[in-house]
Amino acid sequence: MSRFYIFPALILLLAVPWSVYGQVEPGAPVGSLRAFDTPADDGTGVTLEWTGEGEFPIRVMRSTARLGDYQEVSEAFAFDGSYVDRSVDRGTEYFYRLEYVVGTDTLVTEAVGPVAAVGNWFRTYRVVTLVGTIVMFTLVIGFVSVARQGRELYIRKISGLNAINEAVGRATEMGKKIMYIPGILSLSEIQTIASLSILEHIAKLTAIYGTDIEVPNKDPLVFSAARETVKQAYLEAGKPDQFKEEMVTYITYDQFAYAASITAKMVREKPATNFLIGSFFAESLILAETGQAAGAIQVAGTADIPQLPFFVTTCDYTLLGEELYAASAYLSREPVLLGSIKAQDIAKVILMAIMGLGIVMLAFGSDYIRTILTTR
Amino acid sequence: MRRTIPLVLTFVVGMYPVFAFFVPHNVISNMNQRLDTYLVIVAAFALPLGVVNLVGMNLSKIKQKKSGWPYSIVLLAGLAVMAYFGVVGVITGQYTGFHPTFEDLFEHMVSPLQATMFSLLAFYVASAAYRAFRARNVEATILLIAAIVVMLGRIPFGDMLTGGNMTPLSEWLMDKPNAAAQRGIIIGAALGAASMSIRVILGIETTYLGKGE
Repeated sequence: MSRFYIFPALILLLAVPWSVYGQVEPGAPVGSLRAFDTPADDGTGVTLEWTGEGEFPIRVMRSTARLGDYQEVSEAFAFDGSYVDRSVDRGTEYFYRLEYVVGTDTLVTEAVGPVAAVGNWFRTYRVVTLVGTIVMFTLVIGFVSVARQGRELYIRKISGLNAINEAVGRATEMGKKIMYIPGILSLSEIQTIASLSILEHIAKLTAIYGTDIEVPNKDPLVFSAARETVKQAYLEAGKPDQFKEEMVTYITYDQFAYAASITAKMVREKPATNFLIGSFFAESLILAETGQAAGAIQVAGTADIPQLPFFVTTCDYTLLGEELYAASAYLSREPVLLGSIKAQDIAKVILMAIMGLGIVMLAFGSDYIRTILTTR
Repeated sequence: MRRTIPLVLTFVVGMYPVFAFFVPHNVISNMNQRLDTYLVIVAAFALPLGVVNLVGMNLSKIKQKKSGWPYSIVLLAGLAVMAYFGVVGVITGQYTGFHPTFEDLFEHMVSPLQATMFSLLAFYVASAAYRAFRARNVEATILLIAAIVVMLGRIPFGDMLTGGNMTPLSEWLMDKPNAAAQRGIIIGAALGAASMSIRVILGIETTYLGKGE
């Protein structure tokens, strides 16, 4: 007789881990829950996926034991279909289940697990970026080697860079000073490094012509680097005695106080030439428009897209995006540097070809290129 | 040696974030975050250099009674007062945050001054727009027409004049020709930045170090 009770008892026993508060009904709003280590991350995520539809509220529950005390991790909706738990401890094993309320009953799904977050060694979704990086490195190294062998490389004329000599010459003729503003970001910004390369060239010219230059700075690191750059330029021009500490000054770390100081100098001292080269934000127009009103010839350069219209409007010459980065090679005419510019141009041609192919494929209904170029 | 060590350091700390971009493992990412912290520490060491320069320049301006020297007195007084109350608040531990005077000065002097400078932008935009939109040649005329369409597309009056056609036309201008031109510049700038970064990492571009041996 007792054997007749064994099967129902077993079924009840198996049902307990799934359903602490109630039974999952057929046609429940969520189902097929699975949990796995979030791929290609630093071991801080566990991903949950489930099937479900509709704006049915559910709770994501977590425990370190299958039959343990489950704590709420987050709330979600059935239609979300997935959730990444970023509050896990790396290496700890967890069990997950979903809870939801139907009428007055709280129902739970089967607990899944154990699952532990583990650090991965490669972000698989960045394969295309890795290939692009390797291609770019190869092109730069390749063209630098070509340039070292003495092959002449053609680089198109950049009027903004040609205007630099003209702008320095104007200040020299007028006997007034040049103001060089290297942007407001620190040395970690590549535009600032590009700006310092141009500053070196301009400082050499001012040393040769005996023109005054002033470089006001917002960032203390840029201030130190700019002072070294100008000092070195005067040394290389054979005029180390003409270098003065007050040529490169520190103003303030505050964006608008910096802008106020420079505009005041522009109005009071009326420099003949202003260079605004680097990374700029809201102060770009304040500086450039004041310089324009003060009658200075102005050369600007930035890769910050929102600031470009302001500079194009208010400055005599503007280095747009890539021209800023090409400046040091263009001005120095060093073959090795020109090689890297050539590599950049080839990379651009490759990209244009890929994009063109993507457009054609899209027109024929295939979004393969768009998919592989989509990165995170 | 004076140049070799900085170049090796540049290569290592330049390649590390590139490596960390592709390798998410915590062993790598922890060090990458630490490098960011080191940058803040280095910047903190550079700040006194800037302050020393600022004080030195302004003191010599006052001594020599150069043009605008009274402004230097105001600047140095402001620096001293803010620094005093800023440091006192932190060192004494008497207050949960900064000294109340520091907060008052910031809230009632520094912030309004910042806001004043920022609000000046409206006038600068107006004068720059006036200069940009003068129809001197074909390109400037196209710019003027596009600007009028976009501006009218942003206000109900434009749609009222054209029976609702101005907003779609304005959005088309912004989403298609404008976005295409911007993307062209962005792609070029990104390649330029990549090329420049590789030059710096590989030690081909060394201007920021100075070129002396």
